[in-house]
Amino acid sequence: MEPYKKHESIAALMNRSNVDTDQIIPKQFLKKVERTGFGIHLFHDWRFNEDGSDNTDFELNKPAFKDAHILVAGDNFGCGSSREHAPWAIADYGFNTIISSSYADIFYNNCFKNSILPIIATKEQLASLMDEIAANEGVRFVVDLENQELTTPAGNGFKFEIDPSRKENMIKGLDDIGLTLTHIAEIDQYEEKHKQSYPWLWA
Amino acid sequence: MKKTMYEKIWDSHLVVEAPGQAPLLYVDRHLMHEVTSPQAFEGLRLANRKVRNPHSILATMDHCVPTKDRDLPIADPIAKKQIETMADNCQENGLNLYDMKNPNNGVIHIVVPEHGFVHPGMVVVCGDSHTATHGAFGALAFGIGTSEVEHVMATQTLPQMKSKTMLIRIDGALSKFASAKDIALAITGKIGTAGGTGHVIEYAGEAITKLSIEGRMTLCNMAIEAGARAGLVAPDQKTFDYLQGREFAPSGENWDKALAYWKSLPSDEGAEFDTIVTLNAADIEPQVTWGTSPEQVTGITNVIPAPEDFDDEIKRQACENALNYMDLKAHTKITDIPVDLVFIGSCTNGRIEDFRIAADITKGTKVADNVTAIAVPGSYHVKQQAEDEGLDKIFIDAGWEWREPGCSMCLAMNGDELTVGQRSASTSNRNFEGRQGKGGRTHLVSPAMAAAAASAGHFVDIRNI
Repeated sequence: MEPYKKHESIAALMNRSNVDTDQIIPKQFLKKVERTGFGIHLFHDWRFNEDGSDNTDFELNKPAFKDAHILVAGDNFGCGSSREHAPWAIADYGFNTIISSSYADIFYNNCFKNSILPIIATKEQLASLMDEIAANEGVRFVVDLENQELTTPAGNGFKFEIDPSRKENMIKGLDDIGLTLTHIAEIDQYEEKHKQSYPWLWA
Repeated sequence: MKKTMYEKIWDSHLVVEAPGQAPLLYVDRHLMHEVTSPQAFEGLRLANRKVRNPHSILATMDHCVPTKDRDLPIADPIAKKQIETMADNCQENGLNLYDMKNPNNGVIHIVVPEHGFVHPGMVVVCGDSHTATHGAFGALAFGIGTSEVEHVMATQTLPQMKSKTMLIRIDGALSKFASAKDIALAITGKIGTAGGTGHVIEYAGEAITKLSIEGRMTLCNMAIEAGARAGLVAPDQKTFDYLQGREFAPSGENWDKALAYWKSLPSDEGAEFDTIVTLNAADIEPQVTWGTSPEQVTGITNVIPAPEDFDDEIKRQACENALNYMDLKAHTKITDIPVDLVFIGSCTNGRIEDFRIAADITKGTKVADNVTAIAVPGSYHVKQQAEDEGLDKIFIDAGWEWREPGCSMCLAMNGDELTVGQRSASTSNRNFEGRQGKGGRTHLVSPAMAAAAASAGHFVDIRNI
């Protein structure tokens, strides 16, 4: 996995709450058996007109947000289905950071498997960031994962919380499975005990 | 220390809690379908890893499968490849797959309980958010992403953060025709789609105890719509009776051992929950969603709210957007909303009891002019059972289509979908924009409410039929 340390980028604004995974990547694009190539379908139904042209009313189609790697979005981002196609599409499109006041649990977990940092802001912090972008589209934010700090030109930055193990894995770009397999002896041992305690599961 | 059911299951599945790392939880059962697994198998292959415990896995094909003309090749070449990839992956790894032609085929969360594959006290995962269904048995069951599917295949474990606990107690008895679906929708209406975020919900109270196992599945299925990681109901005699004799349920001496363990699982008297929510069952009338989020829901006797009815700015805006997308006016009576299509099915409401109640309402009626009504059994076993009881005839005589099993119009991946502007009464679980087809408008309801809407052509209060 790509290590995540410090990023500076334009922050794009998506002032909508409860953005669900059906919007992030509509179901007609879930039939592929590969992990790649979902970025062109990100927010498909909002992003494109019926004839396939860009919907210029859709916020991410604004020229000022074109090269954004940071997405600032409303509360409860990523609700709905467990599809990892959602973070695959987000990462493939070019975002490596999301800032919102809350995330759906499964989506939040999925982000860490794909080198996307989901930063949790308070509602007030999020509102300030949204105001700053709205007033100055194309503004650049700096995300420093090592120091758990977001900085912005207008001073709306803050220190953010993140689970220490997730932070470590992200900074080092560690493969979760590889890390778990360092505990293979404990897993074997647990499984032996499991067979004794719950024999009907192994019958 | 007094423990909740969630804490008991967590503690008994904790493999290791290494400093600086997320706790590692053991996984007993792993369910699979064709949409969220191919990239996980590919990952295993690339890393030269094997499935650690093939017998822990049960797989089906459900999302992309056609619900008619099943004998013809799948028309969509990308869907066809996904189906074929699933078959190849299962064969290569020695996994139990109920493919499209298998008499056990159906929607994963319908098929798994039918075969007694999930028991109380288990940790169960699937690359599907509606895995929460299996909490009906007192199993900790939750949806995971595809990277995690690969993780579980390789290690039989998952790094997990411990959730908070929420008790939702529904006191009193449900009124006639109010169902588990109505409880689930009423809960989402009350606490919101983020209300359960970070929590595992335990449902309790008289109304829950009285639910059948199938009703409990419907309820737990929609724990995710309230934002929760999982939903749980304490196992009781109904649970044990349901499981006994099924293919993967314990038998003989093992049955007694299992039973003793299962009886130890319910939350201890006085165990503490982080959050407690209570509802009165008698207040829950048949529910209908009016918006584009499951929390935008109200009772059948109500009217559609107006944006200014909400104090919260975000909810006000959401209401405005939803009314716009749904092409509905504030203050319209719910019973005045017309429908174009009715869908009964899905992992939420595709079980035999759902078709029994819908057939009961449908008997002797005709589908209204200009309405299309589709019944999609959750599995071949549900279909067979319904046909043995003559339910298929009731639907067909009334003008319904009686289809083959699959996820179908719940998420419209298989070609069954709404067209732009079409309005459905649907027994599925999500009413997001475009969920049932781009530009389609979804109203979530119970099977009884869906059946009544099919013959009336609009929503009706089934208590008055």
